[in-house]
Amino acid sequence: MHLYNLTLQPATAITQAAVGNFSGVRQQEILVSRGTRLELLKLDAQTGKLSTVLAIDVHGSIRSLASFRLTGGTKDYAIIGSDSGRLVILEYEPKTNTFTKVHQETYGKSGARRIVPGQYLATDPKGRSVMISAMEKAKLVYVLNRDASANLTISSPLEAHKNAAIIHYIVGLDVGFENPLYAALEVDYTESDQDPTGEAFNKAEKMLTYYELDLGLNHVVRKWSEPTDPRANLLVQVPGGQLASSDKYDGPSGVLVCCEDHIIYRHMDAAQHRVPIPRRKNLLEDKDRGLLITSAVMHKMKYQGNSSEEGDLYKVTIEHQDEEVRALKIKYFDTVPVASNLCILKSGFLFVASEFGNHYLYQFQKLGDDDAEAEYSSTSYKDFGMASPNDPLPRVFFRPRPLENLLLADELESLDPIIDAKIENILPNADTSQIFTLCGRGPRSTLRMLRHGLEVEETVSSDLPGIPNAVWTTKLKEDDPYDTYIILSFVNGTLVLSIGETIEEVQNTGFLSSAPTLAVQQIGADALLQVHPHGIRHVLADRRVNEWKVPQGRTIVCATTNKRQVVVALSSAELVYFELDLEGQLNEYQDRKAMGSTVMAMSVGEVPEGRQRMPFLAVGCEDQTVRIVSLDPESTLETISLQALTAPPSSICIADMLDAGINKIHPTTFVNIGLQNGVLLRTVLDPINGQLTDTRTRFLGTRPVKLVRVMVQKNPSILALSSRSWLNYTYQHLLHFTPLIFDNMDYAWGFSAELSPEGLIGISGSVLRIFQIPKLGVKLKQDALPLTYTPRKLISHPTQHVFYTIESDHRVYGQEAAIQKLKELGASQSDREALQLPPETFGRPKAPSGTWASCIRIIDPVQSATIREIHLEDNEAAFSIAIVRFNNGRDSDLHLVVGTAQNTFLSPRTCKTGYLRTYKISDDGRDIEFLHKTETDDVPMVLISFQGRLAAGVGKALRLYDMGKRKLLRKVENKASAFPSAIVTLNTQGSRIIVGDMQESVFFAVYKAPENRLLIFADDVQSRWITAVTMVDYTTIAAGDKFGNVFINRLSITDSNQVDDDPTGAGILHEKGVFMGAPHKTQMLAHFHVGDIITSIHKVSMVAGGREVLLYTGLHGTIGILVPFVSKEDVDFISTLEQHMRTEQLSLIGRDHLSWRGYYTPVKAIVDGDLCEMFAHLSPQKQSAIAGELDRTVGEVLKKLDQLRVTSSGF
Amino acid sequence: MSSELRYTANTQLEHLHARYTGTGHADISKYDWITHQHRDTLASIVGHPPLNSYLAIADGEAIGRIKFEMTERMLQPCGPPPRRDDD
Repeated sequence: MHLYNLTLQPATAITQAAVGNFSGVRQQEILVSRGTRLELLKLDAQTGKLSTVLAIDVHGSIRSLASFRLTGGTKDYAIIGSDSGRLVILEYEPKTNTFTKVHQETYGKSGARRIVPGQYLATDPKGRSVMISAMEKAKLVYVLNRDASANLTISSPLEAHKNAAIIHYIVGLDVGFENPLYAALEVDYTESDQDPTGEAFNKAEKMLTYYELDLGLNHVVRKWSEPTDPRANLLVQVPGGQLASSDKYDGPSGVLVCCEDHIIYRHMDAAQHRVPIPRRKNLLEDKDRGLLITSAVMHKMKYQGNSSEEGDLYKVTIEHQDEEVRALKIKYFDTVPVASNLCILKSGFLFVASEFGNHYLYQFQKLGDDDAEAEYSSTSYKDFGMASPNDPLPRVFFRPRPLENLLLADELESLDPIIDAKIENILPNADTSQIFTLCGRGPRSTLRMLRHGLEVEETVSSDLPGIPNAVWTTKLKEDDPYDTYIILSFVNGTLVLSIGETIEEVQNTGFLSSAPTLAVQQIGADALLQVHPHGIRHVLADRRVNEWKVPQGRTIVCATTNKRQVVVALSSAELVYFELDLEGQLNEYQDRKAMGSTVMAMSVGEVPEGRQRMPFLAVGCEDQTVRIVSLDPESTLETISLQALTAPPSSICIADMLDAGINKIHPTTFVNIGLQNGVLLRTVLDPINGQLTDTRTRFLGTRPVKLVRVMVQKNPSILALSSRSWLNYTYQHLLHFTPLIFDNMDYAWGFSAELSPEGLIGISGSVLRIFQIPKLGVKLKQDALPLTYTPRKLISHPTQHVFYTIESDHRVYGQEAAIQKLKELGASQSDREALQLPPETFGRPKAPSGTWASCIRIIDPVQSATIREIHLEDNEAAFSIAIVRFNNGRDSDLHLVVGTAQNTFLSPRTCKTGYLRTYKISDDGRDIEFLHKTETDDVPMVLISFQGRLAAGVGKALRLYDMGKRKLLRKVENKASAFPSAIVTLNTQGSRIIVGDMQESVFFAVYKAPENRLLIFADDVQSRWITAVTMVDYTTIAAGDKFGNVFINRLSITDSNQVDDDPTGAGILHEKGVFMGAPHKTQMLAHFHVGDIITSIHKVSMVAGGREVLLYTGLHGTIGILVPFVSKEDVDFISTLEQHMRTEQLSLIGRDHLSWRGYYTPVKAIVDGDLCEMFAHLSPQKQSAIAGELDRTVGEVLKKLDQLRVTSSGF
Repeated sequence: MSSELRYTANTQLEHLHARYTGTGHADISKYDWITHQHRDTLASIVGHPPLNSYLAIADGEAIGRIKFEMTERMLQPCGPPPRRDDD
């Protein structure tokens, strides 16, 4: 088995972010790490929208990210700390839209190791050096400088190691132009490792240590080390140094030490200032729980933004006189989602990279300077709050409120985390399946329906008196910014509408209204042209009309135009060619060209810039051919080349579009041919000899294809209309072909008006619609349904379109529990009001460990609505769900069984009692009715229906249950050998049950009915921390583990048959185990490291009539597929291509591709399609060198890659 | 093995141990070994963003807190060391 891995949707979580002027212009960009991808985001300050400039897979895990600028420079560089054991400095090249590796310094082994640096990065604010640190001991400092020709140079590393020190955080101090200084939070474990009494451990001090890089002596010294709060977790740089122009100090320098509940200002030889972090006034809060600052950002002189683990932002101000701090002040600012990173942009925006869920961009409205919010200053405490540093300051409180200082500007959709998924086609009229994902955490959770296609925003939809068959828009003059007329062609007439404040009909436009129209064109400087079946009307600017009439007895059947050329085809299969001369007169070419077959479609491209005419015309004829006809004055109307088709053409469109895979700089001329059978052919037109090469086909729908050239986001694109509408467009230099999520259209055209400069106009039936395509980068449209708690599992009704989810949140009070608790505490009215905050924005109050809130939800996915929500009480939390049709039930009712547990603790995993709650499904699945609940001794982590019974993984035991009157009746348990840790997945086929263990990989078990036995007969030789399993066939499983691997295991067919042939299972029972496990072992067929934790795997077909693939979802929002190769030839070809691509060393962070994909176990039998697809980004020389090695042309390689993607996924 | 060679081999080994924290040796105690294992594991969890998210979701905590608590736990992941017999 050989598979091809393709990522359909890369991870959407943002783990790191840095701001900088990476492109070197005034505009600031945000560089974000999406775990294994780097993405550069650009902010449009006018509209306040973020857009992706560049996204690139680095084939490695990015752990830290920072930007720096050399003194006096205008451009920021990015530094990346990763698991490659290398420090990498990247420069963004705006011209080519690429990152270039400026430096790559190797310092250690690859992998996220304890003592190999990469976890933390700190830069000197003046860009003179950088420190990179490990979790323990190792810290390296590199000196950055520039050489004579102003290139960035990097020194060899200077060590600042400290043995046996655990490093919590490092930061670069702002010291102006004095020697660069770094601060680190360290804890030494030498003494606590030696002291059996535990005294030393309790007394272990967290040290704030300064490391100074002496630029003169070129070494690093430990300058200062003082104990600080033992619960400190974060350091923030404080501005410092003197301005060059004056004696004024920028700030006092030093650091803010963020600790649990406090923030302390510290600096060498300076007084400490301490303030408490204000907490939410909330009766339900856990009094013993401290409050951590999880991310912070420094801005300008006085402002520090800090985000707590609740998502509250605080503003911290330092009042200083020269270098002496007078006061440290803190106040509540606003509440946003909990951030993994905060970025402030100079244009007044705050980017919040959320830990989970969508990311947000806010605009600052105020800086919170003069509001009623209480501010807490260190001066109001004795000794600036440091009178007794070991005792906490009295707690201070605030009341969270809706945003006051910030205004939401933009939202970046993020699937992170995907916890479970289902692939089903539930929508009427949809020919491909939708992916339903359980996303998000806590109150910001959603069920999202993902559909492949571009989102369409409709602005106008209006009914027309009849059914038009075509629509055009046109401007009056060449240099008009917007369109003036909309022309609608009906069977027996033409209607002209003018676009103004309103859209209304106009007369006397010079257009013939009594006949249908075939083409409309703004021609020359200020004239218009209408082609109708009986002639061509050339409407001059002063409304005079020059008309060319068709010879008697013939009509025009087809026409194509551009700014200077007009070609019409007559019913006598003749072509007539007109060209505009310099006086603006339309001249007919003396000869007419007989085609010999009725012309069905024609296209002439736009006039190339600086040229008189487009030299080629494509003509599609009824005899199933397309001919390229020359329009060059020397060979006018001569046929140059011919292409045979499989069906008569219905539409042709020539367009110049950029595709970096073919040509990096200049647009390529594509001839798109739509056929009557709904197939689209895309060929490349050779600009020199007019030959058609590199043909690719794609099935668009069941209706004849219509093609229209339009402008989308200032780039030429092609709209292809069949039973679905598609858009062919260039995005980030590569050509894409994506369906639009919109109703069928009969015809469409570009539309440009003041309100929608980049719109499109279309007709579907008798409705005229104006719409636009807002986001080209997002190929999956998301529709979200909000959920209450973190979703855990999703199942669907076997026959109805109804979904059931279970949701449960740890450390949250359930509805009942919260009311109960408030009653106990004797809460007053105002206290209760303080709790009435919308949880989607503010979260829920944190409860102690072992507290759970949970619910069962019935969802109508078609309407995207919750039908019913059943909350669990008594601290019960749901962990598993299954639909079972019990054999011994009274009737053939379906039952919903939910596995729950009461008072569950996660570490170690214990619960008071587990329950199997049984519900009867009624009302076509839209309602459930509680029957009974069955106690279990452990948490039932997974349930499935098995041969008319319920199979339950309860802790380490696998059990079968039957339906009973008062409760479920336990029938069998695998007594012979329990599973090692806990059962987390179950799959079944026949009497075989595939059991996934939490830590010990996958077991094959069988149920032998005659003896009523459950027996394990095969297991895996490797221990795997299973997260998701699916059966590929009866003997093969595909599974994902907790470390981001996906693998395929197979049981040999002889072992499988032998087990099935044993009626009682006595043979298995007495067989000798191998390696202290089951008698048979599965064999690993394929293995691949994805880099994201696999949360679900499905065997599905993604395109109608396509082959089945394995689709997986990852925790950070990855959606990918594994496609089986069909032939040995393909395997050889693609694996050789992969080998060549590997040697190109494309990883931006310097990670070796082979070792990344084989992070834990060597990669086996899976080709990285994402790497192969980077072939399109290589330079033409490299492309042809690789293609040469493969004995193919570059076009053939690209075509093969495209075909693999399209036939398997349709993406 | 001459005594001199043994002497140099040992210093080399000591040097390696000092340089590569976490490397085991023939006489490592059970406690030292397990403590190293735990510290390595905790550092690996903090170093892999998806694992941080995974734990944060399971535990209902913020990622920032998970990272902090994991780093804190590295100080003494397996409790105080056992008393030495020769004490």
